[in-house]
Amino acid sequence: MTNPPQAKIDIDSYEAGFLLGLYERMVQIREFEEGVKFLFLEGTMPGTIHQCQGQEACAVGVCTALEPTDWITSTFRGHGHALAKGLSVDEMLFELFGAATGCAGGKGGSMHMVNMDKGMIPSIAIVAGGVPVAAGMALAFKMQQTGQVAACFFGDGAIAEGAFHEGVNMAAIWDVPVVFICENNQYGASTHVSKVMRAATIAERLSSYGIDGRRIDGNDVIAVYEAARRAVDDCRAGRGPAFLELLTYRRTGHSRRDACHYQPKPEREQWLEYDPIVRLGQALVEAGHATTEELDAVRKQILTSFDDAVERAKTQPQPTLADLTTHVLA
Amino acid sequence: MTTTTTPKRVSIAESLRGAITEEMERDPKVFCLGEDIAVPGGWGGAFTVTLGLEERFPDRMINTPIAELGFFGVGVGAALMGMRPIVDVQYGDFLFLAMDQIVNNAAKMCYMSGGQCKVPLVMRAPVGATGRGSQHAQNLERYFIGVPGLKVVAVSTAYDARGILKAAVRDDNPVLIFEHKLLYGSKGARAESGAIDASSEIPEGDYVLPLDQAAIRREGNDVTIVGWLLTAHLAQQAADRLADEGVQAEVIDARSLSPIDFATICASVEKTGRLVIVEEGPKTGGVGAEIAAGVTERLGDRARASIRRVASADIPVPFTPVLENAYVPDVPRIMAAVLDMVKG
Ligand SMILES: Cc1ncc(C[n+]2csc(CCOP(=O)(O)OP(=O)(O)O)c2C)c(N)n1
Ligand SMILES: [Mg+2]
Repeated sequence: MTNPPQAKIDIDSYEAGFLLGLYERMVQIREFEEGVKFLFLEGTMPGTIHQCQGQEACAVGVCTALEPTDWITSTFRGHGHALAKGLSVDEMLFELFGAATGCAGGKGGSMHMVNMDKGMIPSIAIVAGGVPVAAGMALAFKMQQTGQVAACFFGDGAIAEGAFHEGVNMAAIWDVPVVFICENNQYGASTHVSKVMRAATIAERLSSYGIDGRRIDGNDVIAVYEAARRAVDDCRAGRGPAFLELLTYRRTGHSRRDACHYQPKPEREQWLEYDPIVRLGQALVEAGHATTEELDAVRKQILTSFDDAVERAKTQPQPTLADLTTHVLA
Repeated sequence: MTTTTTPKRVSIAESLRGAITEEMERDPKVFCLGEDIAVPGGWGGAFTVTLGLEERFPDRMINTPIAELGFFGVGVGAALMGMRPIVDVQYGDFLFLAMDQIVNNAAKMCYMSGGQCKVPLVMRAPVGATGRGSQHAQNLERYFIGVPGLKVVAVSTAYDARGILKAAVRDDNPVLIFEHKLLYGSKGARAESGAIDASSEIPEGDYVLPLDQAAIRREGNDVTIVGWLLTAHLAQQAADRLADEGVQAEVIDARSLSPIDFATICASVEKTGRLVIVEEGPKTGGVGAEIAAGVTERLGDRARASIRRVASADIPVPFTPVLENAYVPDVPRIMAAVLDMVKG
């Protein structure tokens, strides 16, 4: 069992506006996920869902370090990454409702969020499938000298796949500008990470590729932001690729109605206390940047606009049979 | 040797679980390899098939990392050295990651060694569109039926699942078993909406079923409808409704996809003179194409009408329910094809 990092969030060198922005984006993701979970369990929403409650600091910390012209790849657990990269609640909710107005016209669904204008290729639901793809995106940036960076999100489970090792190695030998971001939430589905590797950390395994992998407190949005900033700067300066292991915890089920019986209770309780949103909130209040009431108001505002979006989603046009065979080829 | 079971109605998931348990008890060389198949408090694989087996067989339920190419290769190696592994993927779509080990190694070792070695490997894969989008929905049967050295079967009832799993474990060749997410009858958090009842009364005692035989699910003289997995059930539903319209359809569950049981299918088509093949998956390059070609070759113009295929459009599987429903063949489309043929 890995204990949560105990360090306080160090916000001293940042302005209130920046910090409140991080807070708001994390709450946005949390409430989106909680709202979607309710709609799913209620039966309003089709399919299956993989959610990221508890991992918001990873998505927000990393995407805040990116420029709008940079790109991300994501996974089956992609709602948080998409929101952090700037996709709107509307386009994502509409997609989850299978609407023609969703970000993939209803054809993709929860596991394939996409917006090519906002720097997000379709999320890849095959574990580790995005790793070589991100290396290829970064190779394209390098060959075309665009100065862009690719950020590649995946989980601890992905480290066991061949695609991970092949992709990371090519990125390394060609020095391409990609930041690999492993959200180590300690479980691949129901399987604990200690059952799938002998090394103590994922980060240390990267040294075999000549990459300086670092383990970061993934529930500290500032720590994530700072590590991502350095990694992105390194990549832009031609010193890529970079690798970050963000230690975090999944507060919700792996998917659908999973009750997480495989997470030992003491571990779960300990980690739930180290909630990334609560931690930043406490730091904001202690520093006098916001009152508890003001933070509550942020949340309420987000909830209200989410509820409005749900109402809109329910009345969006669905695709018709004419859409069935479109988009197979470009 | 434990061979008795109480005769009761069980789901496909329960039936497979029982069969795996009994085979593991019968033969200490049988073991399971797969993701999330042996975690206490976990799920027993993606669809509950191995639920609780880790308590009974702590050393032979091996929970793998997410590494399909790797653990399918491990399965091949263990099989070469005399073990009888059962490996599974959580979704059929991930067979693409394991494909090299299945096609280049498992299927070819016997032949390219001039018969010196054998690979008694059982592989299990759930297929079918169930609201999960393009990468968790494909029907993979088509990609494996043309691989010599591999036996490919599809189980659509709990009775078959038991007999076929047991036969596959005892077979000296690699056997790939396709299962359908909507037919498992998985319960609790792993239940599927839109599921179809594929449960059966399981008789007492041990039995195996042949790996190369289709099953006639319903007899009729007017038309032969061939399906497998979900479409075997849809074909039976269509046949029931067609009977109301005075059309007697013979329904065949192809069951064995490689080899295809042309003897059974052709005998039926000789009788009815008409063949409709129902396949979940794009029409182009499907199993249906192989069945149609094989029947045509064998029967020539002894069939009265040309063969029809009711299959999915040539598209990836769409997420949104309106499009996914149009993708998966349904009873009205099967009926329309049959009626058109019978009247035409
Ligand atoms: C190649 C492949 N194998 C298996 C799966 C099924 N699956 C989906 S998510 C998952 C666990 C992934 O764990 P991790 O990479 O740690 O990501 P997390 O779920 O924790 O976000 C598994 C096994 C898959 N989607 N792709
Ligand atoms: Mg994980």
